[in-house]
Amino acid sequence: MQITHESQENQLILHYVGELDHHEARKAMDYAESLAVLYPVERYVLDLSGLTFMDSSGLAVALNLYRTLQRTGRRMVICGCPPQPLRVFQAAGIPKIIPFEEDVKC
Amino acid sequence: MLTVLNQMSMKLESRSVNEGFARQAVAAFLAQLDPTMDELNDIKTVVSEAVTNAIVHGYRDRLGYINVSVRLLEGRTVEIKVRDQGCGIADVAQARQPMFTTGDDTRSGMGFTIMESFTDRLRVRSSPGHGTLVTLTRTLSARRGAQA
Ligand SMILES: Nc1ncnc2c1ncn2[C@@H]1O[C@H](COP(=O)(O)OP(=O)(O)OP(=O)(O)O)[C@@H](O)[C@H]1O
Ligand SMILES: [Mg+2]
Repeated sequence: MQITHESQENQLILHYVGELDHHEARKAMDYAESLAVLYPVERYVLDLSGLTFMDSSGLAVALNLYRTLQRTGRRMVICGCPPQPLRVFQAAGIPKIIPFEEDVKC
Repeated sequence: MLTVLNQMSMKLESRSVNEGFARQAVAAFLAQLDPTMDELNDIKTVVSEAVTNAIVHGYRDRLGYINVSVRLLEGRTVEIKVRDQGCGIADVAQARQPMFTTGDDTRSGMGFTIMESFTDRLRVRSSPGHGTLVTLTRTLSARRGAQA
């Protein structure tokens, strides 16, 4: 899996490309957490449009970043989520907690 | 008893790099049933959950073998078994509760909930100290031109 980020005026976009499972979870989580420290912007966007597979490991990545941001009064949205990861998020009830948006540009 | 039309099994070491291999191999085997993209994705997801559990929980602190077997039964029913000889689960009912986890911060306790909602039937048999057998059953939708 590859993760890149893009810093904009008042938001940070994280692009995830590839398969996000337990094998990649620690890397994905540490990456997101270190960015949350480095960039004090108000809004974080998780662009998942490049994800080709995700299992429950991805839930923890998203939820942990969400909680870290919430502690410091910041927001997070998930954008461009493909059908397979979306079904996993839905089975876990995540869309009731974290907002989902279709457009990757947000 | 449903007739077995075809079957395969494989034995993997409990290395996380094998998670991707396991779900891809099962998906490739199921191609003969011409499943829909959604069905294939659901099956890949549940295989990933069960194999990951064997690696991170069953063989928490050691390397071991995981057996993954697939049987194609009449009526387009797919039965997948994932077995480990790891630490086992003391209380299966509790383990199957949403958000119950004994794992670290990369776990959220939703694996069994996902396996349950993406299959028609989830059976978990476990014996502490001996291992765990997870059986996932899903009947695929009828497709014109597909076998059985
Ligand atoms: N093969 C196994 N061997 C031993 N214990 C297991 C096994 N599978 C599951 N468990 C136990 O059941 C619990 C719940 O499993 P489940 O897959 O639902 O959640 P998780 O693995 O903890 O988190 P997630 O799947 O969301 O990453 C685990 O935390 C573990 O205690
Ligand atoms: Mg799990």
